[in-house]
Amino acid sequence: MKRFFAQCYIWLLLIVLYAPIVFIAVFSFTESKVLGNWTGFSTRLYSNLFTGDMQGSGSLMAAIQNTLIIALIAATVSTILGTIAAIGIHNMKGRGKQAITFLNNIPMLNPDIITGVSLFLLFVFLHVSQGYVTVVLAHITFCTPYVVLSVLPKLTQMNPNIYEAALDLGATPFQALRKVLLPMLKPGMISGFILAFTMSLDDFAVTFFTRGTIGLDTLSTYIYTDARKGGLTPELRPMITIMFIGILALLIVINLRKARAARNAAK
Amino acid sequence: MKNTENIIEIKNVSKSFGEKCILNNVSISVKRGEFLTLLGPSGCGKTTLLRILAGFGTADSGEILINGKDITDMPPHERPVNTVFQRYALFPHLDVYENIAFGLKLQKVPTDEIDKKVRRVLKMVSMTDYEDRDVESLSGGQQQRVAIARAIVNEPKVLLLDEPLSALDLKMRKDMQIELKEMHKKLGITFIYVTHDQEEALTLSDTIVVLDDGNIQQIGTPTDIYNEPQNSFVADFIGESNILNGRMIKDRLVEFAGHEFECVDEGFGEDVEVDVVVRPEDIYIMNKTEGAQLTAKVKSCTFKGVHYEMFVDTDKGYELMIQDYNAFEPDSEVGLIIRPADIQVMHKERTCNTFDAEIVSEDRVKFLGAEWECKPQTKFSAGEKVKVEVKFSKVELIDHPEDGTLSGEVYFLLYKGDHYHLTIRTDDRDHVWVDTNDIWDKGDLVGINIAPKDIKIIKCDE
Repeated sequence: MKRFFAQCYIWLLLIVLYAPIVFIAVFSFTESKVLGNWTGFSTRLYSNLFTGDMQGSGSLMAAIQNTLIIALIAATVSTILGTIAAIGIHNMKGRGKQAITFLNNIPMLNPDIITGVSLFLLFVFLHVSQGYVTVVLAHITFCTPYVVLSVLPKLTQMNPNIYEAALDLGATPFQALRKVLLPMLKPGMISGFILAFTMSLDDFAVTFFTRGTIGLDTLSTYIYTDARKGGLTPELRPMITIMFIGILALLIVINLRKARAARNAAK
Repeated sequence: MKNTENIIEIKNVSKSFGEKCILNNVSISVKRGEFLTLLGPSGCGKTTLLRILAGFGTADSGEILINGKDITDMPPHERPVNTVFQRYALFPHLDVYENIAFGLKLQKVPTDEIDKKVRRVLKMVSMTDYEDRDVESLSGGQQQRVAIARAIVNEPKVLLLDEPLSALDLKMRKDMQIELKEMHKKLGITFIYVTHDQEEALTLSDTIVVLDDGNIQQIGTPTDIYNEPQNSFVADFIGESNILNGRMIKDRLVEFAGHEFECVDEGFGEDVEVDVVVRPEDIYIMNKTEGAQLTAKVKSCTFKGVHYEMFVDTDKGYELMIQDYNAFEPDSEVGLIIRPADIQVMHKERTCNTFDAEIVSEDRVKFLGAEWECKPQTKFSAGEKVKVEVKFSKVELIDHPEDGTLSGEVYFLLYKGDHYHLTIRTDDRDHVWVDTNDIWDKGDLVGINIAPKDIKIIKCDE
């Protein structure tokens, strides 16, 4: 009996969690403009999405493109900056190290809205005209701490003698960094990159405050504006479905690989 | 000026981390092709010295010469030395072959020559078929072989080894010791080896440098260090030993354990307090008591494989450790003989505690960073710099550090047959020596008190 209730509880929880997305996925296969109105099965919305033949003209596609480019630049730059910062922090000692690690954690705990508003005010104060560049800069700013946080543990786990061994064998500090340190930090850098990429991808608040008035839209701001105009563009439904399935597939692949690696290690 | 005999000259090297002095004015000359071991307990500064030689640390003062060339400020990648690290420090993202070829590739050695050299060293460390293996799939011993191969493939002038065998099990350690010794002979290069294992040091080395607390205690061959330790620290650290307080009556005659013994030492002067070392295997033990130099009663007898280890109480109340092939029953009366040549007499490093002090008032004096009550005196006025002497046996140790005038930690202890001689390190890192019958353990926190009547104030020399 107890088991039955436990089962019910978990299913209830899963339904509450996944109902909205399933709802959208189901209604992505109908043409109705209004969500919740089933007008027969159709894949029109999907073909519209890929041919760009829809009422929102090309602005949805442009928003998707912006989102991806910004996320890519922000993730790349913050991975580089974050890795360098992590190596620097790792080599610091005592109080200074503690202080910097603490300062690194604050932006991550800070609500996005505060980061957004403060960056907005900073750009206004510096008379920087807001647009693409400011959005990218802002994204780099809030992504970098995440990279630092994922690279730092790799450094602390590393045998400190390894870097010294490279020097000892005749590598200059730069060669030791390139040939030994970076290859060893690669897993941390990759997970930092992915983290930064997804953080940038779904950011709304910071983008909203730093995009200025030139009409730059990323996916999140597009959807926001769209929803305010009255009703979502129907093509968003197939897009959300595709993104969800894409992420699901990615997670399954990652988990399978992890399981295989664990099996190999156990052998 | 080139000195062809010495490959390394370490001159007056000192190093501190913060307040803590790690190396205190250390000077060592290393001969070309020598197997030199830096031996000492953990924290004695041996690894720090090796790191300074490799270039990973810098000395606060002093200089280091290799082949007559000053390398004190040379970065590690330019030094003609290679290091084998304690935890191997292999590159986990490279396989065995690439690990070993790492240094050669950096020197832009042609590929076919790299190939030849790598195969040669792999053969030398008996790892011929392992070149494509992932280093993390290797056992500890195999990883250490790869680490050694990676260092010697570069043909360094000096090979530095930082406790390379400490992570291996005993059997593997013994095998690797023999291989290292053979490798040293074959390569003909200088090895500098760091270890805390005295047996390993005795087995491997041409020369041993015994370090403690940043100071060189003794430099010598393994037999010198074992047979003629220069002070009680070395005697106690190397092998088992009986260390007793003694008195040199005159040349070739010493008194300890309540008896007079003939010995072979000269030049100590007459009626001088000394430390005496007798190795447990050098005491002859027999069932009959006539003809013996002293008699004793067996307290315990333990089988140790090759020999029996016995503790006996002598007729004058001293406890001695004896190793013999024959077992003697506990409670049996035995006779003991010690040959003159087996008695090692050492100068006492000190016969009482001496501290720099300052008079505070008529009955108060300040030393070791604390104020102490002393016997009222009028010889010295307030503010005057003096010295204070306190006998070892007059320092009182108490369980609770906060109840003492001063607190400290038991840093080193030595059993002297009928009492313990302790070195207490105070919070300010000064040393206080204490003779006591109480049993303390290394690392115990203690409070230190001295009765006013036991503080003897004397004039400063200058």
